[in-house]
Amino acid sequence: MKKNVLGIFILLVAIFVITAVINPKFLNAYNMQNLIKWSSLYAVMSLGVAFVIITGGIDLSIGSVVGLVSVVLSICLKLEGMDPWSAIGITLVLSLGIGLLHGLLITKAKVQPFVVTLCGLLVYRSMGRWLTDNQSIGPMPYEDDAGYKNLEQIQGLDFLFSGKIALGSFNLPTPALFILVLSIAAAVFLRRTIWGRYLFALGNNEEGTRYSGINTDRMKILAYVLCSLFAGIAGILFAFELDSVQPAQTGEFYELYAIAAAVLGGCSLRGGEGSVLGVVIAAAVIRLIYNSINMVGISTHLEFGILGLVILLGVIGDEFLKKAVARKQAAQKT
Amino acid sequence: MDETSSPLLEVSGLQKSFPGVLALRGVSLHLQKGEVLALIGENGAGKSTLMKILAGVQPADEGEFLVCGKKVSFRNVNDAMDEGIALIHQELNLCGNLDLAANVFLGREPTKAGLIDESEIRRQTEKFLSQVGLDLPVDTLAGSIPIGKQQLVEIAKALSCNARVLIMDEPTSSLSQKETETLFKVVKNLRSKGISVIYISHRLGEVKELADRVTVFRDGENAGELMQDQIDHDNMVKLMVGRELSEFYDRQVHRPGKPVISLKDLRCPSYPQHPLSLKVSEGEIVGVAGLVGAGRTELLQTIFGVTPALGGSLEISGEVKEIRNPRAAISEGIALAPEDRKQHGLVLPMSVRENSSLPSLQRDASRGWLNENAERAVTQNAVKSMKIKTPNFEQMARFLSGGNQQKIVLGKWLAMSPKLLLLDEPTRGIDVGAKREIYKLMEKLAGEGMAILFVSSEMEEVLGMADRAYVMHEGQISGELSRDQLSEKAIMNLATGNLVAA
Repeated sequence: MKKNVLGIFILLVAIFVITAVINPKFLNAYNMQNLIKWSSLYAVMSLGVAFVIITGGIDLSIGSVVGLVSVVLSICLKLEGMDPWSAIGITLVLSLGIGLLHGLLITKAKVQPFVVTLCGLLVYRSMGRWLTDNQSIGPMPYEDDAGYKNLEQIQGLDFLFSGKIALGSFNLPTPALFILVLSIAAAVFLRRTIWGRYLFALGNNEEGTRYSGINTDRMKILAYVLCSLFAGIAGILFAFELDSVQPAQTGEFYELYAIAAAVLGGCSLRGGEGSVLGVVIAAAVIRLIYNSINMVGISTHLEFGILGLVILLGVIGDEFLKKAVARKQAAQKT
Repeated sequence: MDETSSPLLEVSGLQKSFPGVLALRGVSLHLQKGEVLALIGENGAGKSTLMKILAGVQPADEGEFLVCGKKVSFRNVNDAMDEGIALIHQELNLCGNLDLAANVFLGREPTKAGLIDESEIRRQTEKFLSQVGLDLPVDTLAGSIPIGKQQLVEIAKALSCNARVLIMDEPTSSLSQKETETLFKVVKNLRSKGISVIYISHRLGEVKELADRVTVFRDGENAGELMQDQIDHDNMVKLMVGRELSEFYDRQVHRPGKPVISLKDLRCPSYPQHPLSLKVSEGEIVGVAGLVGAGRTELLQTIFGVTPALGGSLEISGEVKEIRNPRAAISEGIALAPEDRKQHGLVLPMSVRENSSLPSLQRDASRGWLNENAERAVTQNAVKSMKIKTPNFEQMARFLSGGNQQKIVLGKWLAMSPKLLLLDEPTRGIDVGAKREIYKLMEKLAGEGMAILFVSSEMEEVLGMADRAYVMHEGQISGELSRDQLSEKAIMNLATGNLVAA
């Protein structure tokens, strides 16, 4: 395990142990299941934005993509009575399209990532509200004369995306399986394929990477596509998890949690750095802090403050660690 | 010691090292009031390093530094400014969006009741602008005036800080003939007012015209000094090179084969009005000489597809090709070791291994999977054949010396077995040992049939290595010289726009 990943892991364990000591109820199965579920949901978005941050970019539209995808999915299933797998397909294609649009605007029209995705944040949020007339909606079908349309299949999806698998007395939430598969895939992509290497290289030095014959534009587009795709997957998970989607609220501010987790997990906003394991652990740390605040009995009004301080201290600690490692490398005489 | 008898500025035994390089090995230098001292030397001789130390940009590791006989040590640029030493940067540092007055007083704005005293700034700025012969309204935006005038504004800014010593690092490298003349007039005028100037230049003609005295550096040491009556071209070159050329450039006879690249009226985006034609054949080492800003780097970048050509034709091995990006160039067997190694040649925060394998990753991959064995083999090969000095393959490129960094760049391209190797200032900022190895490598590659086109600002490098050379001047190829015609005089004539080859 790399040093900075080890650091965030120690933080996770420390908060976990302290909370468990102060309030043993923290350890009960129901609370643990919830913690795992929410950590997994956040980690999916965080992994997505990590691809973009590694290239030195940013994506502020994640929360709105989560909102729009869950709205569109609910419309397809509930109002249109669409075949469930087609509905899933439509939402995934929608998120891929959004990512592609971001990537093209950033690389071809040369608009800054911050601006492109900030506008995305506004546009997708209002699209979701407009499509639903700002009424809450969920993926579960209505009953009509013919009964519930596609009820069984949708219940199957509901189990897939927000069910629980009994492991003895413990019920593992299915989103945990999603994050397991997605993080292994992301880690393999980043560390074992040439495209992963290219993302890191261009995040460190885009010009230098281009001079080595790499199509840096295409790689950046890929990063934004992956980011929106992961946001879309998170949107599907959230839709089934929440049952009722609020077009104005679902996913709001989630991009900030995702970015915070990526940064706390070792991604530098300057680009060129990041690890999948670090990001997943950091997403868990963020959810854990929320949970601990409740468990320990700290005023929930302090939630944001504590979260902000932990992230800040974590990142400062990470910088110190990096400097120490760099000093050690520089001291190795050639 | 009496103030008037001690030099205005005196340094001795100055040492400075960077990771892997000893840039200054105990140099000394002194400067009198009202003197123009020229500092010359090859690339990597340590001139710029010394200037940065004098101006407080970076500290020396060791050595003595006196101003008016008083010992000083600068922690930053402001400390140097307080002693009246100002550096006019090669790249100008004006804020283009602010007017001249705001630029001159940036960071030192006089205030009245807490607000910027605009009328005082204007009055003062007018005074300093007229001292450098600039007749411009003080509310002109700095970004809207040509570079030569911007430089004069920089000088005015230095004067406004009561500068006694102006350090100019290649001030004419991007100036037109006329702008250069204006600058000279200003420098001479300042000298008559008792201001001292340290003038760094590669252009020996300018040095001869301007300098009262010349100090020559070589490989981080003092190589000699010339008083005004001794300043001539031959004396300067002798001190700069300081060794028998033949011993350094171990040349074989090349027998050029079939043409590898042939440009016909190629138009580079930087100088589209000047079509460029040239040819390089198998086993041939061809130099491109010229002054800084003559368009040589831009020529290589256009061949390599960084800034695609606007017109004309480019033939590779007799076939017309269109090269829109570096990727296309690489697939035609072209490689470029760029001038700006840190920005364009390497990904500094990545390891020797990741840098060495970057261009060849895709070739060695199957369906996108990294081939780690091939990657290691490529790295092993580069480190071994280029004699790269690194503790291990995982060392960050950032922590290697300039010479070793350049070897990584060359190593990563050799793994692609290019037909045409483009080298832009291949030995800039690297030590003598690595230089010699790079020359040997060029020889070896040419012997194996590779075509090599190299740009160099070092006269001796072109004279020593080239089978043939093109000389560029303000965006056009002003002449072509065969091995027998190659001489300093011939190159300088063509490089300065004197189209009659000697």
